[in-house]
Amino acid sequence: MTLLSLLGILSSAIFSATSLLYTALGEVIHERAGMVNLGLEGILLVSAASGFAITVQSGSPYLGVLVAMISGALMNMVFGFLVISRKANQLASGLAVMFFGFGLSALIGNSYVGKRIHALPRFEIPGLSQLPTVVSSLFNFDLLIILVIPAAIFVWWLLFHTRWGLGVRSVGENADITFASGRNPYLLQFQALLLGGMLAGLGAAHIAIAYAMNWTEYMTGGRGFIAVALVIFSRWHPIRAISGALLFSASVAVQLVLQNSGINISPFLLECIPYILTLLVLIAWGGNRKLTAPASLGRVFQGSK
Amino acid sequence: MAQNSETFQKKNNLMPGITNTILRYLTMVVLSFLLFGLLLLIIGKDPIQSFRDIFTSTLGSPYGLSEVIVAMTPILLTGLAVALPSRIMLINVGAEGQLYIGAAFATWGALTFSSLPAWLLILLMMLLGMLGGALWAFIPAYLKSIGLVNETITSLLMNSIAPKIIGFLIFGFWHSAMDTNKTASFGPAARLPTFFGTRVSLGVVIGLVLLIAFWLFMKYSRWGLEMRAIGGNPQSARRNGIPLETYIVLIFCAGGAIAGLAGMVQASGYYGLMLTNFSIGWGFMGFLISWLVGGDPFGILIMSFLVSLIYSGGNLLQITSGVPYSIINILLALTLFVVLARPTLSRGKK
Repeated sequence: MTLLSLLGILSSAIFSATSLLYTALGEVIHERAGMVNLGLEGILLVSAASGFAITVQSGSPYLGVLVAMISGALMNMVFGFLVISRKANQLASGLAVMFFGFGLSALIGNSYVGKRIHALPRFEIPGLSQLPTVVSSLFNFDLLIILVIPAAIFVWWLLFHTRWGLGVRSVGENADITFASGRNPYLLQFQALLLGGMLAGLGAAHIAIAYAMNWTEYMTGGRGFIAVALVIFSRWHPIRAISGALLFSASVAVQLVLQNSGINISPFLLECIPYILTLLVLIAWGGNRKLTAPASLGRVFQGSK
Repeated sequence: MAQNSETFQKKNNLMPGITNTILRYLTMVVLSFLLFGLLLLIIGKDPIQSFRDIFTSTLGSPYGLSEVIVAMTPILLTGLAVALPSRIMLINVGAEGQLYIGAAFATWGALTFSSLPAWLLILLMMLLGMLGGALWAFIPAYLKSIGLVNETITSLLMNSIAPKIIGFLIFGFWHSAMDTNKTASFGPAARLPTFFGTRVSLGVVIGLVLLIAFWLFMKYSRWGLEMRAIGGNPQSARRNGIPLETYIVLIFCAGGAIAGLAGMVQASGYYGLMLTNFSIGWGFMGFLISWLVGGDPFGILIMSFLVSLIYSGGNLLQITSGVPYSIINILLALTLFVVLARPTLSRGKK
């Protein structure tokens, strides 16, 4: 077990954690506003497909990222129309959006299968240039990776240190009180979905344009659901989601470490570990009201008449 | 709550008869087909021809119809697996995971007791499938009953664990000599009987019987009455001496058992073997179906038939129009959107 392979594992964990963290940040905002969005899987796919398609068409990966953000937000508006405007059940609407995303992304991406793109450029980190290139090249990150931690801090600041964030969190706790205090719960929820969809779009853009650099159907491979689990694991907190994202994406890397040191554990069992930890976290904190889910999570605000 | 009394009044005023309901659902389906037709027009396909393909390939021939029923079998059962707990306000998002574990238990039975006579082995596999699903559902149910964690979150999380356990078992122990991701084909004794030379298996009969049993159970049994009391107001039900916690655990596990049975039916009847990632979202589809129709048994039947019709029709669409198969998901989702956007219909039934 050399230092180099350890660093390699760290680097690959960072690369695969990025999309997960963006998506989870989006879901933190949704859930803080009282909405469980199970449609993330479909939203990611549509964003990835449209971002990739635009990158192929225009040759500019940054334009692709922008379009992925916009498509994420638009897909969330479909979800918002169902659960906010039409007051439909959130879990069912999310799953319907997921199936919609399966179909729409296949339609968008159909003519781009196997196309090549200019991936998102990677930058050298200034301080690392003295190290041998084998090492430093592992830590040449693209813009989306560089921005992911600031994004988490930004979401944390937005949710916990702005008036808007207070409004969003109050919708998640009790929308009637939000309404009584003179704010519009529907508007706040739509805004939360808009922002969350853009973040999920960034995650999808990182998968398609920076990480995998191609388009295949169902390429997100369950990341939408992992993000939902991750949000629960980090107990609806954007900063805790950072370490959670690394944990969820490191399980494959850890398997390589163990294999190298002669311990042979099935990768399937290792992949279960983050979920089992999440379950344990839920059980451990379950009795403590302060640390549990937003109180009105999943409930539909019926309006006050 | 104001909203409740409002819907209640609306229901009384309208008195929607069964024809009325069917008519409204039909309108919604037509609307979603129109939307999908518009989309096909935009991408330059002929919508009329596509719809003709969808219907002739499914309802046009006995074979096509039989394939619709084959596709309907698992979601009929998973829909029921969600509907039963939903009657006491329990949300079972975990049918997908319960289905996997049920299939794993049944597979273990098929591989271990392959020398038993067919009727005994099938019965054993069915029991094992139900046991597996029920055990997987027991964890969220127990945590809910002691008031620790919400069953929605836990059952959703456990969906992600179950397929990995199956992967572990198949890769590690059960895989056949040729493949690493599936077992060898089950012996004929471990296969559910099929009818008339089609792929329609005994599973659909089991589903229909359970659906009728569910309806009778809710309407005429003492437990059904108590469940309706819990669904109406859990606190007053508890004060009337109904053992709330016992019901939570038992009914949620019963839902899990039905989902596990769906897994057994698919492994034994549909594939005739077990493979990794063998479910194509049957558990989630069951959840959607059950929610769309408010847990109503007749509605589950209609809705799962419709969903299967769309899915089976998609097969031919792919061949004749040259569009990817997944595009049929758009038609499916549009149908779901249209139904979801009219919540008063499904909520009135609850």
